[in-house]
Amino acid sequence: MNPVAMPNHPAGPTAPLLAVSGLTKRFGNRTAVNAIDFSVAPGECVGFLGPNGAGKTTTINMLLGLVQKSAGAIRLFDLPVPQKLAAIKARIGVVPQADSLDPDLTVEQNLLLYASYYSIPRNVARERAAELLHFFALESRRGEVIGQLSGGQRRRLLLARALINEPQLLILDEPTIGLDPQARHLMWERLQALKAGGTTMLLTSHYLDEVARLSDQVLIIDHGRIVAQGEPRQLITDLVGIEVFEVEGTDAELDLLRRELAGCDAVSERVGGTLYIYAKKECDHLEALLKKSRGWLRRPANLEDLFIQLTGRSLRES
Amino acid sequence: MKPFAFLKIWRRNALVWRTHIAATLIGNLGQPLLFLLAMGYGLGHAVPAIDGLTYLQFLAPGLVASSVMYSAAFENTYGSYTRLSLQKTYEAILTTPMTMRDLALGEIAWGATKGLIAALIMLAALPLFGLWPSPWVIALLPILFIAGVFFAAFGLIMTALANDYEFFNYFISLVVTPLFLFSGIFFPLDTLSPTARLICEHLPLTPIVTLSRMFCYGRIEGPWLMKILGPLLLAVATVWLAIVLLRRRLIR
Repeated sequence: MNPVAMPNHPAGPTAPLLAVSGLTKRFGNRTAVNAIDFSVAPGECVGFLGPNGAGKTTTINMLLGLVQKSAGAIRLFDLPVPQKLAAIKARIGVVPQADSLDPDLTVEQNLLLYASYYSIPRNVARERAAELLHFFALESRRGEVIGQLSGGQRRRLLLARALINEPQLLILDEPTIGLDPQARHLMWERLQALKAGGTTMLLTSHYLDEVARLSDQVLIIDHGRIVAQGEPRQLITDLVGIEVFEVEGTDAELDLLRRELAGCDAVSERVGGTLYIYAKKECDHLEALLKKSRGWLRRPANLEDLFIQLTGRSLRES
Repeated sequence: MKPFAFLKIWRRNALVWRTHIAATLIGNLGQPLLFLLAMGYGLGHAVPAIDGLTYLQFLAPGLVASSVMYSAAFENTYGSYTRLSLQKTYEAILTTPMTMRDLALGEIAWGATKGLIAALIMLAALPLFGLWPSPWVIALLPILFIAGVFFAAFGLIMTALANDYEFFNYFISLVVTPLFLFSGIFFPLDTLSPTARLICEHLPLTPIVTLSRMFCYGRIEGPWLMKILGPLLLAVATVWLAIVLLRRRLIR
């Protein structure tokens, strides 16, 4: 590539849509978010991962001005947070984790009311509401009160509501929590369509298959610090490996297997009666060894392996 | 800054209210009307005239003022707290360009409106008891709205401090009920000892009850304009505090 043909324009069209630097939040003497830096480019979907209490929600709330930052800088659309929040929020859509639809109002009223908060003219709001209800397969529910909707319909309506102002950035906090597989797949399909249309997304989820499916980049945060960031497939290959073998057996069998692994480019971990082998390269030797084992499973390394490797197996219950 | 953006929050609450209008009206109006019936009709026959008013006439305007207090205070405690905690309405609103100030002012304006609606229905019901308010009562409405703003903002302060619904028991038992009993609704304050009278005259509902009685019967006398000034300043200060405390509650 010719560097002359690709001049570096810091404020040009490729400037990040969201840029966070040195962002810190302290609650008393507990540091919830510790000097993190990251950026999101226009059109990108960034998966924001971390165990409970790692600092995800605090970070998102700082972007929205719901938590005051202790230090650092946030720029959204090249505008500073919190000084230009009203202008910034007009260009953001948020799908919250908790259902915050107005339960006494109808599906359409929920959308129109939200549109009024963005000062969208009534006739434009009606048109957009109709389009969104069509896009999210909620047309037949237009006049129904929220209490009569299923969990999947409510989640879709929350997403529709977040899109009423045609946001340039969509923040999704656990968008498919509590949904059955059919409803989750429908959500994913719609999110992929939005992504294809150029909507930038910041997604948090504990369903790592969801993140892997949707994200171009992932950020993994733990104890208030970013422990890894990059393209998910690359991160998995670099930090975990290509394949994972899950082998069951007695202590003696697994110990023996572990010693014999020395010839392979692989690391292993014992969890209860299972040995996890993370192979960085193909290893014929390993395959031969496993022929003797009773129960074993071979699968590609995934985001969950990476997540567990970086944040550990201990429970986070806060 | 859009100074009237708070009306959107007001509109939201009005829209929701319309969906269960009957239950809230009965909830807010049942009590004052029953008091008027029991005490005005029942007890009234045993009580001599006060300042040239029958006991029923004496009682009614104060109960109109108390209905403003009850409606506004309940709306911005139980109602607002439900929106804050259970329904996450505030959280949803604050992700949009609506500001904290819009949110607090909208909630207070709505609480005061509900207070005014309660008063209007009470006033409309008075002829059923043979009481006909004077045309001066029109001038009473803005005064009742100011009282509504004060009690709505007071309620919102309680909401900003609450961690559960039980917390409002303190507010109702220690503030609302004593004001109901000692603001000159049920007995004239000049019968009290000088100390007790001084205390009662400085309760925030007392000037509203006095003005309500004046305007209901068109007996305008004394420094009535001065009596509005106190509640007005109090309402402004309470609104300011409500915004500050709600911000502290919602933005950490």
